[in-house]
Amino acid sequence: MKVKGWKDIPIGGVIDKPATAREYKTGEWRIQRPIVDEEKCTNCMQCWLFCPDMAIDGRLDGKKMKLGEVNLDYCKGCGVCAAVCPVDAIEMKSESEFI
Amino acid sequence: MPVKLTVTGAAAVAHAMRQINPDVVAAYPITPQTPIVEYYAGFVSDGIVDTVMVPVESEHSAMSAVVGSAASGARTMTATAANGLALMSEIVYIAASYRLPIVMPIVNRALSGPINIHCDHSDAMMVRDSGWIQFFTENHQEAYDFTIMATKLAEKENVLLPVMVNLDGFITSHGVESFEMLDDEVVREFVGSWNPKYSLLNTKNPVTFGPLDLFDYYFEHHRQQEEAMKNAYKELPGVFEEFEKISGRRYDFLDLYKVDDADYIMIVMNSTASTAKYVVDQLREEGHKVGLVKPQVFTPFPKKQFQQVLNGRKGVVVLDRAMSFGKEAPLYSLVKSSLYEVASRPSLGSYIYGLGGRDTTPEMIREAFEDALQGNLSTDEQRYLGLRE
Repeated sequence: MKVKGWKDIPIGGVIDKPATAREYKTGEWRIQRPIVDEEKCTNCMQCWLFCPDMAIDGRLDGKKMKLGEVNLDYCKGCGVCAAVCPVDAIEMKSESEFI
Repeated sequence: MPVKLTVTGAAAVAHAMRQINPDVVAAYPITPQTPIVEYYAGFVSDGIVDTVMVPVESEHSAMSAVVGSAASGARTMTATAANGLALMSEIVYIAASYRLPIVMPIVNRALSGPINIHCDHSDAMMVRDSGWIQFFTENHQEAYDFTIMATKLAEKENVLLPVMVNLDGFITSHGVESFEMLDDEVVREFVGSWNPKYSLLNTKNPVTFGPLDLFDYYFEHHRQQEEAMKNAYKELPGVFEEFEKISGRRYDFLDLYKVDDADYIMIVMNSTASTAKYVVDQLREEGHKVGLVKPQVFTPFPKKQFQQVLNGRKGVVVLDRAMSFGKEAPLYSLVKSSLYEVASRPSLGSYIYGLGGRDTTPEMIREAFEDALQGNLSTDEQRYLGLRE
């Protein structure tokens, strides 16, 4: 989200439209990111269910849910997804590897 | 037809509030503000006003309720004094930062300790950087008039700042004096109706008040507050002019008394200006060219007006009814810094008077004037009127 100058924001700190937090990219805090090994993944969707930031997308493939992308704009790198994965398909990798 | 009422200053202010008829008044009584709230509670219980009166358990709650009410879009007022203002002060800053046009008469009283309930300006000076507009009033008429003008100014779209109307504790608030009260309809029309841009009660356009601002936007919001103060400074002459049309009374940033040809000028706020005017008259009779400047608007500080009036004078004495320990007195330091840019600086003197309700006599005022007349002023020395050595 592009930050604005003092002339362009509502006065008094009023937030004049709802759900603006969506524009606030909390993923900037992350120091680790989850990498999914698609060979191991069984699409059980435990990671999607447990993600506290709704950063893991699920998509419907026919009638079955399938694991989608990790939305790095919101993923804070907490590692819950890797911890709950029953088949060890998710590895937390340091952000420094992706610079 | 305007009527003459002979009442206390507290009653005069309560009548201004009655005519403005705010939607909500939340207040906690504290000496010497109590009679304002008492009179107003009477108006509410008698059904004379439509106001919802919220009796709270402390001033902190009073200001909190007032902030909530103003954020919901209601025209809101309260009143306080001294330690009550101190207890409010956390929320006082928030009211200004949220840009809520609250009007609050402050019945000036010493801010302890040791405990004292009498008049000085230490309470108003404590919150001078809180972002509120501050008016200072000499008598009942001004307290009444400025309460009405405060509402008009606060709610200007490019201002939206809260306003304090200061009147001297006991001297103005409890003293009985005549003032001219305008017709209810005239005041009602002058202040108009209040249509806030944002309201918490507007479910069709939901908004959030008071979000976390941190380092992202806090700085920008404060810059906006500064702009609002500049706008208030620009809007004030228009408000004075409009008020003159309904009342015949002409106000300005500074009340100037016999300054046209004056070589020596005294600057003093509120009720003591009356005593000082009496002394100016006496000294004029003795052939001394003296005059008086009474600031009516303290924030936004009318720096330009001070520069215009004081440039080229021989001597200026500034009387403060509050101390700023370890620093120059509040009004004096502002006047002094204003004069940095003028072509011909007068010699200056700083005087502290009347703390904790200490009587300020014509002799004391004369003492300060005589220092100026004799060329015995020292810019760097703080002197005291009526202090026992």
